[in-house]
Amino acid sequence: METCYDLVVVGGGPAGMAAALEAHDKGVEKILILERADTLGGILEQCIHTGFGLHYFGEELSGPEYAGRFIKQIKETDIDVKVDTMVLDISDDNVVTAVNNKDGLLTIKAKAVVLAMGCRERPRGALSIAGCRASGIMTAGTAQKYVNIDGYMPGKTVVILGSGDIGLIMARRMTLEGAKVKAVCELMPYSGGLTRNIVQCLEDFGIPLRLSCTVVSTHGKDRLEGVTVANVDEHLKPIPGTEEYIPCDTLMLSVGLIPENELSKNAGIELDRITNGPIVDEYRETKHKGVFACGNVLQVHDLVDYVTEESQLAGAGAAKYIRGEKNCDEFVNTKGENGVRYIVPQRISHDTDKDVKLYFRVGRVLKNVTLTITCNGEVIYTKKKKKMCPGEMEYVPIKADIIHSLPADSTMVVSVKEDA
Amino acid sequence: MSKRELVCVSCPIGCSITVELSDSGEVLSVTGNTCKRGDAYARAECTHPERMVTSTVKVEGGRLPVVPVKTSSPIPKEKIFDCMTEINKVTLKAPVSIGDIVIENVLGTGVNIVATNND
Repeated sequence: METCYDLVVVGGGPAGMAAALEAHDKGVEKILILERADTLGGILEQCIHTGFGLHYFGEELSGPEYAGRFIKQIKETDIDVKVDTMVLDISDDNVVTAVNNKDGLLTIKAKAVVLAMGCRERPRGALSIAGCRASGIMTAGTAQKYVNIDGYMPGKTVVILGSGDIGLIMARRMTLEGAKVKAVCELMPYSGGLTRNIVQCLEDFGIPLRLSCTVVSTHGKDRLEGVTVANVDEHLKPIPGTEEYIPCDTLMLSVGLIPENELSKNAGIELDRITNGPIVDEYRETKHKGVFACGNVLQVHDLVDYVTEESQLAGAGAAKYIRGEKNCDEFVNTKGENGVRYIVPQRISHDTDKDVKLYFRVGRVLKNVTLTITCNGEVIYTKKKKKMCPGEMEYVPIKADIIHSLPADSTMVVSVKEDA
Repeated sequence: MSKRELVCVSCPIGCSITVELSDSGEVLSVTGNTCKRGDAYARAECTHPERMVTSTVKVEGGRLPVVPVKTSSPIPKEKIFDCMTEINKVTLKAPVSIGDIVIENVLGTGVNIVATNND
């Protein structure tokens, strides 16, 4: 079966839905969303806690409610959706190959493609923890699906490794359902999660957060019986003599998210080595013409509200591309230095028609920070901030006029410095 | 007079808030918040802390075995576990829609438990 669409969106989570709706609003006619799961909504379906939508809707919604608003809007349009559909390949000329058990193999010619595949959790295998393969060791997101979608408890006594937001949210969730969460261990000297989650998920329930601490081995043959934790030194190596055995039947991992870019890599799209997402311009167009990327496949976000905002840029960009409006092929590049790990977008069209927000994360916790943007040694922007931490994405707004005033092919360097 | 440092939990920004309290525990000033919710959170946190509660309830005959629910507004923090007990007593019959009231006036708080997804 071969069909043609103006826009094919890969992924029906918050990013894909927002991009599709924005493109639709901007006049794109034939739009198709391809979703691997059996419903639209993506990971929001299992994120039943609240806190979504405060920026975008000005209301405090749960994940399914936030997703529900977009699903409803999609249903009110003529945007086509295929669920239970797996995209296998995106070709050089934007032909999308997908498969499902109703249509079989699908070949779809697209004028533009939006990549919105999201991210997945770093698994146990990436951590090399000693121990056998007892059941009861899972990522926090897997546990979240067991509890919130499938409706059962995966364990009674829990240790969580990693203080990412999903781990913190699950510490509270398991506690509410009667499990005992004995500790959240974090390798780094600071938490990877939002401060609000430390407060309302751990402190509220007296769950200890052990910083600079990791799980060195797991015990148990058929079912996990316990874990050995140890403190780590400044090189993140376990300190001998600090080992402690904690009996537990479940170990949850919340140790980072990895943008899911297998499709992008196969399509030859250049990725950023730090974000693990595609290199994009201010409309989130990758270096592959007509292919855009947004949401967690581009960079891991803290807030779905920001995913929506970013995806609307991609949707608007795709609409411009489909209409044949092209920016010039000259760019101003961006680069993070001295503690700024990365910048998204990595490049901005020199003749950009809009103001741009530069998103970034810092590499460690910083206090009384001065943020500076320079270009060819000249300072073009400074800002002071009380505190920045790696767990929270930051951004700086840059006016289009400033971009126009810089030489083409120049680089804006964003750096941070703690005040003495 | 005393000072309390808080991190606002109203949204993921997590503003650092400083509250000045009188000796009798009265809130004198709230600073550091960037919106009205922060002010309200800080005042409530120092006098009568409240939290949203989210969980799931069983559904018979639906697409999924459980449907997510939330308190329609925050409830007193000390009632969280009692609220969970009430939530876990409920079994719904499909269909369930976003916004359906699952428990009315839970524990006499004046707050409803509402469904947050369709099933």
